[in-house]
Order: sequence, then structure tokens, then C-alpha cells
Amino acid sequence: MTLETEPVVLNMGPQHPSTHGVFRMRVTFDGEVIVDFEPVFGYLHRGIEKLAEHKTYLQNMPYTDRLDYVASMSNNWAYALAVEKLAGIEVPERAEYLRVIMGELMRLSSHLVGVGALFNDMGAFMTPFLYMYREREKILDLFDMVCGQRLTYNYMRFGGVSHDIPEEFMPTLRRFIDDMPRYIDEYDRLLAENEIVLARSKGVGILPAEKAINASVSGPVLRGSGVKWDLRKNNPYSIYDRFDFDIPTGTVGDVYDRYRVRVEEMRQSVRIVKQAMEQIPQGEVRTRVPTPLKPPPGEAYASVEAPKGELGFYLVSDGGAKPYRFKIRAPSFINLTILRDLVMGWKLADAIIIFGSIDICMGEVDR
Amino acid sequence: MTKTLSGAEVARQIGEPLPDAVTGSDDTTVFVRSEAILDAARFLKEYLDFDYLVSITAIDFNDHFDVVYHLRSLKNNYGVVLRTRCDDRQSPSVPSVVSLWQGADLQEREVYDLMGISFDGHPNMKRIVLWDGYEGHPLRKDFILDVPGGGKAT
Repeated sequence: MTLETEPVVLNMGPQHPSTHGVFRMRVTFDGEVIVDFEPVFGYLHRGIEKLAEHKTYLQNMPYTDRLDYVASMSNNWAYALAVEKLAGIEVPERAEYLRVIMGELMRLSSHLVGVGALFNDMGAFMTPFLYMYREREKILDLFDMVCGQRLTYNYMRFGGVSHDIPEEFMPTLRRFIDDMPRYIDEYDRLLAENEIVLARSKGVGILPAEKAINASVSGPVLRGSGVKWDLRKNNPYSIYDRFDFDIPTGTVGDVYDRYRVRVEEMRQSVRIVKQAMEQIPQGEVRTRVPTPLKPPPGEAYASVEAPKGELGFYLVSDGGAKPYRFKIRAPSFINLTILRDLVMGWKLADAIIIFGSIDICMGEVDR
Repeated sequence: MTKTLSGAEVARQIGEPLPDAVTGSDDTTVFVRSEAILDAARFLKEYLDFDYLVSITAIDFNDHFDVVYHLRSLKNNYGVVLRTRCDDRQSPSVPSVVSLWQGADLQEREVYDLMGISFDGHPNMKRIVLWDGYEGHPLRKDFILDVPGGGKAT
């Protein structure tokens, strides 16, 4: 006698602890093996691109905070860069250094969340996550000191930053940056060679380099596959050409490599912040720009290496005070392109850590 | 630093195998006829090493749409902008480039969803952030924010 079998469709999410926000995975199983997969999203779609066409350039700055809300500084920065390119605005030296310091602290903070959440997905429930949140709190305190906000900073302006850092910022940052490598060592002692971590993540969800490039993947996911591409090195915006740092890459492109790339990037960010603290000059932090800002007709695309990948803004101006077209190249959204290919043939528990290793933020996916 | 290839130079190179494809160029951009976009993109990918599709987007100019492709070569670290014009407002469409770059998959669906331009040859051309059955395409200029559902198309 033969048993009749048929594939089972399972909806995971939009409310599910492993989906990192309101994201739905429509998974088809043959037994335990995934044979089809469809990501479903849009639950957080607020139409930011449309709203932005109805607001002045400056009014749009706080909206960028609400894209990848785990890395708001990077969003501010990318948008400011695009407007500065469009309107031809110069940024003072001190402001460039402040931007680099904030951008790298943001990367540390975002990677702490990304890696911590990945371990949650692996089943190390909350322990690694809270260890990493301990350091993230310190970064958020630093941001709080600078701009009075812990999540939506709205700190950058066209031609600089909104205001200079307070006196107590540098000593606090110094203490944090001196301690941070020790904490990263601590995470590694706990996790990097942990047998369960290795068993769960080595060889799982392999993304070959060629496929990664073809699917427009960026950030740690691209570098995890061994592609040495980082906009800070390959297209050094701001003042990144003045710092000495390495681009960590993976070798096979599995979940473990993506995790390791994030950890190594944290170490590099510490290096960059250290150098920036030594080099930062005194002076102005903002160029005066006309209000409302009316960039000449034209278009500009500018992008930064945000923690999750290449975050770009493409702006089209018709000469008015509001952008004619405001397009966000969101890394979380585009990195999802590859998810279906990665999870095919794996089991559900693997699909969850593969998804976790891409590290997305729904605010940025849905916009 | 990522070099921006001169649009005129890239246009000249595309023009050799595809004499009718290019309609114009400027410092950064090559303008291509919409029917020729797939051939032009294939040429750029195969002969000029544009292995990475940075982004696809569309702009509504009221009387026509522009579809804009930001291309980059990770191998040679240079970029160029490919741009095509779509005059049909009722049912605009351009050929899909998913067969060349998988990265176009979700992005073309997003353009379809929000701007209403469909991509011929896309394996799964349906809405992505809005739900099936939603009327209208919000990023079009005739979609009015004050009116629920965006008002009637003019």
C-alpha cells in the first residue's frame, strides 16, 4: 500500500517572534523540507516616498529616522549626502568627523541587535541578546547626550549636524571605546566556538559570491559571501579615505560567515571611531543653508554603507522646495530578494536562522 | 572612488551593436528606447561588466514615465545610469531585466505596485507592499493624498 501525501502550506507571521517585525513567510513543506517559499510584506507600508513629495527637504529628515529604526543615524546621513549632492552644499571638517563617529557607533549598535537576534533565532533565547543590549544601551546613552533621543535621532542637517557635542560626550565615548573590544572578546568566548552555534550555522544557507552580486545583495550579506565590497573603501564618501581599517569577508557565505563578518565589522568600527576621536578638529559643525532649501532642477543619487547594506537616496528636484521624486534604495528590502533561494531545501528551523542572518528591519523593507 | 562613466561614451559603445537603441545621453546617463532596454542592459552586463544592479525606480512626469536603472560594475568600480521613457499612460510597460539580474525581482514589483508600470517577462508581476485589489498607484502624480483611495485618475 502507498501512502498519499501532499505539500502543506504554513503561514508564519505577520505576528511571530522570529520574524523580526511584521513579516509573513508563506512556506510550503513536503514533510519537513521546504519546497516553496514566498515572503509577504507591506504591513508597515506608510508611503514615505509619497509623503516626502509633499514635505520640504528639511521636513523629510525625521521621516528617514523611521526607515531602519535600528540605525537612524545612517539614514540621516544618506539623505543628507543626497541633498548636499543635489544642492552643492559643503560640510565643515568637524561635522564630517562627528558624522563618522555617529555612523560607526550606529553600526556597532545595529550589529549588536542583529547578532543578538540571530542567537535568539538559534535558540539561545535572550541570553546573548541581553549581553549585547548591555553595550547597545551605552551607545544609545551617547546618542541621547548628543541629540536627546534614543531611537529617532534627527541629528544630521544639510551641511553638517544639528549641534555640537556636549563636553561630557568625548570622555564617555573614550571609556566606551576602550572597553568595547573586551566585550566583543567576551561575546566570542561565549559564542564563536560554541558547539551548538557551529552545528546550527556552519554550511547552512550558503550564498555563493556570484549569486550574491547578481541578486544586488549588499552589506554583511554580500561580504559574508566573500565579496570584498564596502562603499566606505570602494567609494569613500565623507572622509573615510582618512581612516585605516579592514573589510572583513567570509569564505563560504553561510550563516556563520555572515555572523562573523558582523562581529569583525564591530572591531573595525571601534578602530575607526578611535582614529576619528584623535583627528577631530575644532570649528563649525554646520554650513548655513537657505530655508527653505530649493535645490536647482536636477537629480542626485548618494549612498552610504549602512549597517545592513547600501542605503541610497535618489532625489529628483524641479527647483521647488519639495522633492519631485524621493526614492529610497533600502538594503533590507533588496537583500530579501535572495531569501527564497537560500531557504529552499532546508527545514523550518534553518529557515528561521537564515532569515535572521540577513538581518532586516521592517521599517525599511516596507517604507 | 566609484567612477561615473560618461553617458556619451557608453552610448557610443551601445550604439555599435544596437544602432537604434540609444536616443540620447548626458554626463552620467544613457537614454534608451524602452523596447531596446533588455538588449542594451544585456550588452552592458556582458561587454562592459555591469554585474550589479543598484536600483530600479520610476519617475512620473505627468505626460510620461521615466524608468531609471542605476548600474554598477563591482569588478571595475564604475557606474552608469540607464534611463528609458514610457509614453503610454493607460498601460505602461517595459521589458523586465530579471533574466539578467535577479536583483530586479522585488524592485520591479515595487515599481509596478506604486507606479503602475508593468515589466514584461517578469515571472511574478504582482503587487508587493499594497494588497491585491488595491485601486490606483500611489506614487503617480495624479494620485491625490487627501482623497481616500487617491481620487480619480485625471
